[in-house]
Amino acid sequence: MQTLLLIIRREYLSRVTRRSFILGTLLTPLAFAALIAIVGVIFQYESDQTQRIAILDEGNVLKGVIKDENNLYFSFEEGPLDTLRKNLPETDYDALLYLPAIDDLMSNRLRAYYYSDDQPTPDVELMLRDRISGAVRDYKIDALNIERRQLEALDTRIELEPEPLTDNGADATRFTSAIAAAIGLGMGFIMYLTVFIYGVMVMRSVMEEKTSRIVEVMISSVKPFQLMLGKIIGVGGVGLTQVAVWAVLIPLLAGLAQLIFGIDPSNNPMLDSQSADFNPDDTQAMISMAMAEVASINWWMVLPLFILYFLGGFFIYSSLFAAVGSAIGDDTGEGQALTIPITIPVILALYIMIAVIQAPNSSLATWSSIFPLFSPIVMPARLAFGPPTWEVIVSLLVMIGFSLFLIWFAGRIYRVGILMYGKRASFKEIAKWLFVRE
Amino acid sequence: MHPVLRLDQVVKTYGTHRAVDEVSFAVPPATLFGLLGPNGAGKTSLIRIITAITRADSGNVYLNGDRLAGRHPQSIGYMPEERGLYKRMKVFDHLMYLARLKGLSKSFADEQINHWMDKFDIQDWGTKKVEELSKGMQQKIQFIATVMHQPKLLILDEPFSGLDPINTNLIKDEIHQLKESGTSIIFSTHRMEQVEAICEHIVLINQGRNILEGKLQDIKDTFKDNLFEVIYKGSLPPGLGDQFRITERSDHRVVIQLEEGKHSGALLQYMVNNQVQVTSFQEILPTLNDIFIKQVEASNTTLPEEMNL
Repeated sequence: MQTLLLIIRREYLSRVTRRSFILGTLLTPLAFAALIAIVGVIFQYESDQTQRIAILDEGNVLKGVIKDENNLYFSFEEGPLDTLRKNLPETDYDALLYLPAIDDLMSNRLRAYYYSDDQPTPDVELMLRDRISGAVRDYKIDALNIERRQLEALDTRIELEPEPLTDNGADATRFTSAIAAAIGLGMGFIMYLTVFIYGVMVMRSVMEEKTSRIVEVMISSVKPFQLMLGKIIGVGGVGLTQVAVWAVLIPLLAGLAQLIFGIDPSNNPMLDSQSADFNPDDTQAMISMAMAEVASINWWMVLPLFILYFLGGFFIYSSLFAAVGSAIGDDTGEGQALTIPITIPVILALYIMIAVIQAPNSSLATWSSIFPLFSPIVMPARLAFGPPTWEVIVSLLVMIGFSLFLIWFAGRIYRVGILMYGKRASFKEIAKWLFVRE
Repeated sequence: MHPVLRLDQVVKTYGTHRAVDEVSFAVPPATLFGLLGPNGAGKTSLIRIITAITRADSGNVYLNGDRLAGRHPQSIGYMPEERGLYKRMKVFDHLMYLARLKGLSKSFADEQINHWMDKFDIQDWGTKKVEELSKGMQQKIQFIATVMHQPKLLILDEPFSGLDPINTNLIKDEIHQLKESGTSIIFSTHRMEQVEAICEHIVLINQGRNILEGKLQDIKDTFKDNLFEVIYKGSLPPGLGDQFRITERSDHRVVIQLEEGKHSGALLQYMVNNQVQVTSFQEILPTLNDIFIKQVEASNTTLPEEMNL
């Protein structure tokens, strides 16, 4: 036990104190923040072009309704259209907006004219259409003598609210599945990446020990199994450390970046007009509902389970990688073929995870979250959907059992592999190693 | 007194290959013991059994009289032929790590490491990374790692490979000092001249079998051909060839083979009686190299009975 702790300590500290680890751990969240900042700057960039627009408003529809905003300045002009058009180049206006008088109140089409040598930019066009449409609507309401509240009452929004049939079913709202899918995708993807990155890290380290021949020295003091287990646990600790740092720093820095350079949805005309069928209050409501939804997920369950699956997945794959690393030995080049049988299930699991998010209660979801090579990636993606408890328990038990088996299995291969030099072993030879006596 | 190490009919098979075939020998306390054999003879397999890295299929290993059960890194110091260090670790940290793995307390390890680094005059290297060291320097670190827990039995597999003559001598001196202080040292190599210069006791392994074992001096005596070299001034008596068998003759030097059981004094007496001015009279003993080659060739062709001396 003392020995194992010493090995874990060295494997952990030697990596965590490495400059590349510290830089990678700190720079990745910074890169995220920088990305958000840059995107924010790009989104804001459009609005720094000042435009002055003259308006000829024949029907007096726009007066008092359209206002200067976002570097767009309006002023109303009088007079015949032709004169205004002809004189426009001599004035400091960039464009002339002409809205003819509304003849037919019952028509749902109206044409406005934008005179300029330059095309209106998409955001200016969207913004103008939106403002004109709003103004015409108000004008028609007045002209047709309609009660505004009656009109609003006609526009009924339907919300389909999922309700549990039995008392112990999960209470969901209409956002549940979308939020759960987003969280699931994030978790599944983090699992996929970490299993890969740290599994390969274990493999590299085993190969390095073999190539540098330190393993012979080590083996004279410790058992091969202790060395392998110590390495796997140590590297796993490194992985948890990195994920934990990222879990704190990425949201923090991203939030900070958003605060400083951020995209404020309310002054983005593109976003506004595209979702013209709901007003800003609705957006606010949606965000707060989504937040409530995120908060309503049982994080006290999800996070510990996520860590359990992380550990399980990590142990399963890194012990496989360790076994392969011990069999590859000196020649790093041609040994890659041995890693293929490990990478295939990881990649399959990623695709299954993506499919499962769309159908979290399908039989594919059930079976793949019990099969231990897939479950560490698939199950975390399902956690936010509130999978049945029995499935989680079975999946956990199978995974823990399988990872214990694989650690033993990898240890059998490892103890022979690390003392073999020269050519890499074939699968047949590796299979023989399993039954070699110590 | 128990031998430090005793092997009794040890067998180890890999697949169909018998790497170690009924090997028995004993290492007395405070001895320099040579484990010899050509490449692939089974030396490393044997060492891995002694260090309990692998287990023998049958037979027993006794360490200080006790049957070997499990690991015992504290009582053995093993320097493998293929040896390396963690390149990115600092020298002191590395030695400390290896010492702690062998079960040393922090303070004792600290004391030992400092003692040895002083001895090799490399105190300044403690904070350097292993990758900054020369190969010879790394060998010194490995040597320290092998001996710092004061084992009763040292196993050195080709300890001088890659060392320059100065460092070779340095390590040799340390080996002798350790022996004086009661440590037994198994010295595994196929370099005969080193064994001849260092070892008192040898065992010769070929094709997994123990083909020769005993004190170096006894072995040489057994394989000697009763050859005597005489260097003289003047001339030899003409009847010498009738009395003795001359195997070699050159200017002022003659090599004579005495019959089995005949005393060397008789030859010297004859020389003196015949007024030969003898300047040097010496028995020619076979070199270990000759014995080694002869025995290995013999065992390869005939697979003889075990020859225990």
